Amino acid sequence: MAVLVGNHTRLLCQGITGSAGTFHTRNCIAYGTQVVGGVTPGKGGTFFDDKVPIFDTVAAAVRATRANATMIFVPPPFAADAIMEAADAGVELIVCITEGVPVLDMVRAQTFLDGLRAEGRAVRLIGPNCPGVITPGACKIGIMPGHIHKPGHVGVVSRSGTLTYEAVGQLTALGLGQSTCIGIGGDPVKGTDFIDCLRLFQDDPETHAVIMIGEIGGSAEEAAATWAKAHFTKPIIGFIAGLTAPPGRRMGHAGAIISGGTGTGQSKIAAFQAAGIAVAPTPGDLASTLLQVWKPA
Amino acid sequence: MKIHEYQAKDLMRRYGVAVPEGHVAFTVAEAKEAARKLPGPIRVVKAQIHAGGRGLGGGVKVCKTLDQVDEAAGAILGMMLKTHQTGPEGQLVRRLYIEGGADIRRELYLGILLDRDKGRLVVMASTEGGMNIEDVAHNTPEKIAKVWVDPKVGLQAFQCRRLGFALGLSAKGVGSFSKLLQNLYRLYTELDCSLVEVNPLIVTGTDEVMALDGKINFDDNGLFRHPHLEDLRDYDEEDPAEVEAGKFDLSYVHLDGNVGCLVNGAGLAMATMDILKHYGSEPANFLDVGGGATAEKVTAAFKIILSDERVQAIFVNIFGGIMKCDTIAEGVIAAAREVGLDRPLVVRLEGTNVELGRTLLAGSGLPITTATDMKDGAQKAVALAAQFAAQRA
Repeated sequence: MAVLVGNHTRLLCQGITGSAGTFHTRNCIAYGTQVVGGVTPGKGGTFFDDKVPIFDTVAAAVRATRANATMIFVPPPFAADAIMEAADAGVELIVCITEGVPVLDMVRAQTFLDGLRAEGRAVRLIGPNCPGVITPGACKIGIMPGHIHKPGHVGVVSRSGTLTYEAVGQLTALGLGQSTCIGIGGDPVKGTDFIDCLRLFQDDPETHAVIMIGEIGGSAEEAAATWAKAHFTKPIIGFIAGLTAPPGRRMGHAGAIISGGTGTGQSKIAAFQAAGIAVAPTPGDLASTLLQVWKPA
Repeated sequence: MKIHEYQAKDLMRRYGVAVPEGHVAFTVAEAKEAARKLPGPIRVVKAQIHAGGRGLGGGVKVCKTLDQVDEAAGAILGMMLKTHQTGPEGQLVRRLYIEGGADIRRELYLGILLDRDKGRLVVMASTEGGMNIEDVAHNTPEKIAKVWVDPKVGLQAFQCRRLGFALGLSAKGVGSFSKLLQNLYRLYTELDCSLVEVNPLIVTGTDEVMALDGKINFDDNGLFRHPHLEDLRDYDEEDPAEVEAGKFDLSYVHLDGNVGCLVNGAGLAMATMDILKHYGSEPANFLDVGGGATAEKVTAAFKIILSDERVQAIFVNIFGGIMKCDTIAEGVIAAAREVGLDRPLVVRLEGTNVELGRTLLAGSGLPITTATDMKDGAQKAVALAAQFAAQRA
């Protein structure tokens, strides 16, 4: 059933008492997500909205609640620490929403996670600087508007939050539901990339087709196209944002920058096309382009 | 954040990196004074702007006498220096760096930056100093040696030696190179840089290495840890509209087109620029108002967009997720009233409470064109911009 998150997900929120953490935890609970606890150092023993127990540490929260996922809303200076704390406590899925985490902090956090994986621990980070992950009708982790989604069979993976909503909005308007939508985030160093998500979608029987939304900067789209050509057998379309962006300028996202001639939209589109991945001509054509390569049952 | 060469060299000097002696000058008199402090006879007058390629554009002059320094400083200060990174109109030179001549036997390249694919810092060294490293990477990648740094242990001595010997340095040169590189790496990590580049790194007649040029960029996300670096910021090198946008926490990039855009979310903002181009216009800007498009933010954004004379229409493209469309509509209406819209405005709203939002816009009495979706909005904005231009002509 779908990927990453579902009815089995038992979610913590790190930074649950901050304004963003509070607001979005309430929305996730309202959507039906099992939020089993929150973490705010110094507020252990109290309750969030009189219901959700708050702990001082992630380790204590995991011991008491058997949580298997966390969403992080702590401010940028402490976000990498929060990621490592969750990983150390054995949380398998870490979704970091926080925007503005210093790159060198992420380099260290990634290395820490790699070390745990080398010891045989299963840990996956989504983000940072991402909207989160949703399996419609089952579990929402993050800041996306739940009501635009609909359960179904299209997997969506994107570096951009609002463009994910755009894709979902278009799909739902045509009556096409989504299996899981993954916002991998707009930072240059991130936990999960396109190939990881395509691999999950490939192995998921509930996912019948995929929309992959990239943007300028880096070469993850090119790598994903090469991988998809060799391994991905389901209908898939792509879109790349930032064709009109000038080189050397950061377009909002820390990772959205063309530097040294690499990371251009043209290069990514060429890679998609070379891999046989149809590219939506405009961001208004995401769902309609998918329907050109996929006939829903 | 970018800084000038002379500021980068000051930081390098503080971190024990060998750089030639030099002084900054804001006037010709200061340039001459700075030159007198240097032993001579060779002094180099270097334009200080944030763009690269200054030498080719005529912004760097080697002088043999103090009179030549006088002449070069007068010629460079106040010039519009054009390089491949400045754009066609060039960048006004307001500062000079006066530096002592160096004994150059070889010119090399050394840079530290993030390897996004590996999620680690990479140190790149090349024998092709003074060249554009992207060209070297493209044409002769075998001339670039790289090592990746494990952040758990940091840059190791053997890695420095490996690069030093790959550059063909003598044993003494490798020692000098390793010391310089370790100091640069410490600078990079302690100050949250996003790029440290020395091009050229020179080998002197005594087999020592020295940074003849210096470029340092900082990770904006790390600046909160280094408030003192804010003093190095030169607002003259930044677009005034972008500086203004920064005060309102708006992510804005000034472009050359005719349709202004106001969007929530960086990806959607880029895609909005692209769709305007697709339908025949050019975007005037990138603008992400972020998650909370309050009336205050939208007003500030409108003012910034309208301050650009080239803008012939504005396209507001909002996918209200958590944000409700009626709240956004109220913000747009309040902002439009306050700034006194003198150019066509197209608004596309989608998401929560969209009908309510559209009703508010329609009932506002303001000349706002509403759009049903992104394509509709882009096409209308392109058409209205053309119409506005025709009426003006």
